[in-house]
Amino acid sequence: MSEDILEQVTQSEYKYGFTTDVETEIVPPGLSEDIVRLISQKKNEPEWLLEFRLKAYRHWAKMKMPNWAYLKIPEIDYQSISYYAAPKKKNLNSLDEVDPELLKTFDKLGIPLEEQKILSGVAVDAVMDSVSVKTTFKKELAERGIIFCSFSEAVQEYPDLVKQYMASVVPYDDNFFAALNSAVFSDGSFVYIPKGVRCPMELSTYFRINAINTGQFERTLIVADDDSYVSYLEGCTAPMRDENQLHAAIVEIVAMNNAEVKYSTVQNWYPGDKKGRGGIYNFVTKRGICKGKNSRISWTQVETGSAITWKYPSCILKGDNSSAEFYSVAVTNNHQQADTGTKMIHLGKNTSSHILSKGISAGLSQNSYRGLVYVGKEAENARNFSQCDSMLLSDRCGAHTFPYMEVNNDSAVVEHEATTSKISEDQIFYCNQRGIPTEEAVGLIVNGYAKEVLNKLPMEFAVEAQKLLQITLEGSVG
Amino acid sequence: MLEIKNLHADVNGREILKGLNLQVNAGEIHAIMGPNGAGKSTLASVLAGNPAFEVTEGEITFLGKDFMELAPEERAAEGFFLSFQYPVEIPGVSMVNFLRTAMNEQRKYRGQEPIPASDFLRLMKEKKELVEMQSNLTNRSVNEGFSGGEKKRSEIFQMAMLEPRLAVLDETDSGLDIDALRIVANGVNKLASPERAIIVITHYQRLLDYIVPDFVHVLFDGRIVKSGNKDLALRLESEGYDWIKKELE
Repeated sequence: MSEDILEQVTQSEYKYGFTTDVETEIVPPGLSEDIVRLISQKKNEPEWLLEFRLKAYRHWAKMKMPNWAYLKIPEIDYQSISYYAAPKKKNLNSLDEVDPELLKTFDKLGIPLEEQKILSGVAVDAVMDSVSVKTTFKKELAERGIIFCSFSEAVQEYPDLVKQYMASVVPYDDNFFAALNSAVFSDGSFVYIPKGVRCPMELSTYFRINAINTGQFERTLIVADDDSYVSYLEGCTAPMRDENQLHAAIVEIVAMNNAEVKYSTVQNWYPGDKKGRGGIYNFVTKRGICKGKNSRISWTQVETGSAITWKYPSCILKGDNSSAEFYSVAVTNNHQQADTGTKMIHLGKNTSSHILSKGISAGLSQNSYRGLVYVGKEAENARNFSQCDSMLLSDRCGAHTFPYMEVNNDSAVVEHEATTSKISEDQIFYCNQRGIPTEEAVGLIVNGYAKEVLNKLPMEFAVEAQKLLQITLEGSVG
Repeated sequence: MLEIKNLHADVNGREILKGLNLQVNAGEIHAIMGPNGAGKSTLASVLAGNPAFEVTEGEITFLGKDFMELAPEERAAEGFFLSFQYPVEIPGVSMVNFLRTAMNEQRKYRGQEPIPASDFLRLMKEKKELVEMQSNLTNRSVNEGFSGGEKKRSEIFQMAMLEPRLAVLDETDSGLDIDALRIVANGVNKLASPERAIIVITHYQRLLDYIVPDFVHVLFDGRIVKSGNKDLALRLESEGYDWIKKELE
């Protein structure tokens, strides 16, 4: 296969790159205590939350951005970013009150709220820029005692729950971006599943950045009480902009005794153009804690977007017999960079974790897996199996693996396997000979390679993810 | 159906085919034999449009179309099929998904609608029986972990599904035990028809006991130097290629 065909298949088009003309309320760019106070005031927050934000801000102001990742990050001017943007109309009771332009946006994204409500049984919370627009199915969920609402609403309606669990997994001073988020977070989703309740439907949040020069700093908090179960999905898109936009979110998951939380995300923020201009910086802290006995958390992620992805969805296995999984497909193309992986912190007895990471690099991109498996002194019989595969679609891209292990208990069994492969010309020619053009062949082969992870996604997401993989790599091999 | 005139082809700058001529009509079965390095597999690859080979001179016409103008996938959609000597594995892609994609891409090229799922499954069942393919092979990933015999059988099964006008079987008999050889050959014979031509590339006469050719050609140093009927294959089997070399001197 010749070089130029390889180049062709790496030319993808980003189909979510539209903007929506809705009136937006934006605070002026810059970050200061005044801005933090302004955000808190706009959201009518209680005093304790303002104090939390200010504590985080003061801590952040003393911190420096870390530089240990295998990423080239242009200098970010935190004073040029606007930290709050919201579509102007707010506090809506029904879809009729939502700006029709906004609804059109969600239609374009393929999540018509009304239809989704009826057909798919997926409850959706759509977050545009910083404000949660609409949560479907709220009533049906409420009958079972399930809370699924925007974070701001949770602060007003369920302050005790928020106060109890917020920052219990990711403290405000955890890292540079966590501190930033804790100071300026605007909205996000809140989920609480009461004791003994199995959430009957997938809960889904759709994040979208729309306004120019804004950062998006949402917070998601999922709490699964004893003997409960929930599957939560998150999707993300953004319009095409020449400038980079910052996305620094926090996701916290708490699983109590015998609880299970499945968290899946298809991340498709705007990746920048073919020359590497624009795109989202996706610097996110995601962490779950298996707090109770026999609890279980799984992270499944399909990462195709963002100019730079920097995140490690992690699990603290504190409860005895708890288990955690991390399934990831990360695709980078053109000038995209990713440094992503997971941390499995084994603290309880008889805990187990499974890591399956599939990296796919094309174009001039750099794709790194970075993972930590930690086994504490008291963690008798900890088990971990990690498998990290990389696939290269061009000879100018890079794939890197940085596995770290720290084992402090002799009874632990920790295994690590890694492979690197190049998509072979023979495979593509074989497909060609059967009548399959090169682009479709690449899509087929890549989807086959990522299948083990895609199979972990809920059905409707899996189909979307498969298409996404193909679109992302369109024009990248041939 | 297929006409090859004065074909010259290089791989890595080395000339392998040096003025090859061949004509194949519908309904015919041709066997191409020859010593190692004569250019047999190169011919198969060039016909399929493998970009690793460069055609420097000559013409290939297939059903009235200039083959050189067509990409490999277009040649396939025009009705050309190659049974590979070494079929590659494609992990994670099921044979069902692979074949349905292939079939629908070919149909798209020909301006046809995609095949309905139920028709496709019925067709699979029918063709599996035809070539005595174990049913579980189609649920596995394409060629992954297949034995040599299973790979070859899977090639013939794909041929049965895609129903080409011309099929080239590149050393389909290599690595097969006698039972597998019989099953593969039976499959090929069932697929022979007055509209379809088959070219069998082989080292050994034994395959031709099962698939009886109308014509046998000897490929030597990049050219077809002798053609005859099936008796030619028998003579090659007993006497080797030395007498042909002598004739050429």
